[in-house]
Amino acid sequence: MSAPTLDRPTDEAALQQQFDATIAADRRIEPRDWMPEGYRKTLVRQIAQHAHSEIIGMQPEGDWLLAAPSLRRKAILLAKVQDEAGHGMYLYSAAETLGADRADLTDKLIESKQKYSSIFNYPTLTYADVGVIGWLVDGAAICNQVPLCRSSYGPYARAMIRICKEESFHQRQGYELLMTMMSGTPAQRAMVQDAVDRWWWPSLMMFGPPDDDSPNSAQSMAWGIKRHSNDELRQRYVDMSVPQAQFLGVTLPDPDLHFDEETGHWRFGAIDWDEFKRVVSGNGPANAERIRRRRAARDDNAWVTEAATAYAAKHAGAAVGSAA
Amino acid sequence: MSTDVTAEGGHGAIPTGPEVPTTTSPSVARRDWPLYEVFVRGKRGLNHVHVGSLHAPDDEMAVHAARDVYTRRNEGVSIWVVRAADITASSPDEKDPMFAPSGDKVYRHPTFYEIPEDVPHM
Repeated sequence: MSAPTLDRPTDEAALQQQFDATIAADRRIEPRDWMPEGYRKTLVRQIAQHAHSEIIGMQPEGDWLLAAPSLRRKAILLAKVQDEAGHGMYLYSAAETLGADRADLTDKLIESKQKYSSIFNYPTLTYADVGVIGWLVDGAAICNQVPLCRSSYGPYARAMIRICKEESFHQRQGYELLMTMMSGTPAQRAMVQDAVDRWWWPSLMMFGPPDDDSPNSAQSMAWGIKRHSNDELRQRYVDMSVPQAQFLGVTLPDPDLHFDEETGHWRFGAIDWDEFKRVVSGNGPANAERIRRRRAARDDNAWVTEAATAYAAKHAGAAVGSAA
Repeated sequence: MSTDVTAEGGHGAIPTGPEVPTTTSPSVARRDWPLYEVFVRGKRGLNHVHVGSLHAPDDEMAVHAARDVYTRRNEGVSIWVVRAADITASSPDEKDPMFAPSGDKVYRHPTFYEIPEDVPHM
């Protein structure tokens, strides 16, 4: 019996129509569906950047693994850094469903042809930074990522669901670390405040440029890749973070921060977008070091992958024989 | 299907257009590592469910990597890995005419049959 060919559109317009209808009905696009080239390119770019951020994100905190103040903190930090690696893997896996190749994406990262979140170009100066990254940086990541669990591209949305479950651990361990330090000595409290002073503004920048200066946003929203605008998410984040800062007993470094009775929102001061552009374009405090380390990880460990490949090749013949 | 899409294993249609980043020369051995699809049984009594994919040099390493990537928090009691290339999929399109005929067989569903309300246990 030959397969029926009815309602099997072959021309681009009909395929586009089917794609649009899927998006309009808020259903998910799956890897084997036809999709516009722009949609696919946007997703590869976004997912790759996201994956790179998770992988590079292991470095600032990983720097403290051998200097953790206790075995308990070390075990927690190790689990957290391992999660970041896992998140990178989920996302590279999602990018590969779109035809991208993970090793290629890594090369593009190392050659600085693809970007990662600018937040990871700041150094971690004290152990309080570990806590503040968990609270503020992972908190901002959660704000960004929760809506992505409903992203229109199935594999991306599913990866985000796994990631969000784990981010909650990241944020809570950070906040708990800070609560512990805040109940410590004046020096420890000062350390927390100093870390908050350094990370607050970069955290706000994590939501990207303001809406009127965000060239890709409108199309991404129309495609259901993005669900909320940059400014919307940034405001939500500030509203969530201010009471947390108050509970902790730290001051957010923004003299213009005030509660707007009328709207119920915390209004914040102007963000230094020049700094953002400087860091994104590669001139942040740690850009060169992050890429150098990632390159070293690839090159120095190449012998391991080669050995594993050689071992697999050597035993492939035997495995086939035993299966017969 | 347009010609710039190639159906490949469990991931289905992989676009091959010029925008696909496949231009860099392969220098690392892991580029040769096959793609594995990973399935996890969440707990006894449930089916294995697809959770994602990974690259590994062989089957055994794929299981080890799957354990690290997909089950760090008791997400499962059993893992299956299978080479993506060994999966045969129904067609390169999720909206598939293969499933169209079942649309007009309403009599296969219990709701097709009208039974008076007062018949018990039906």
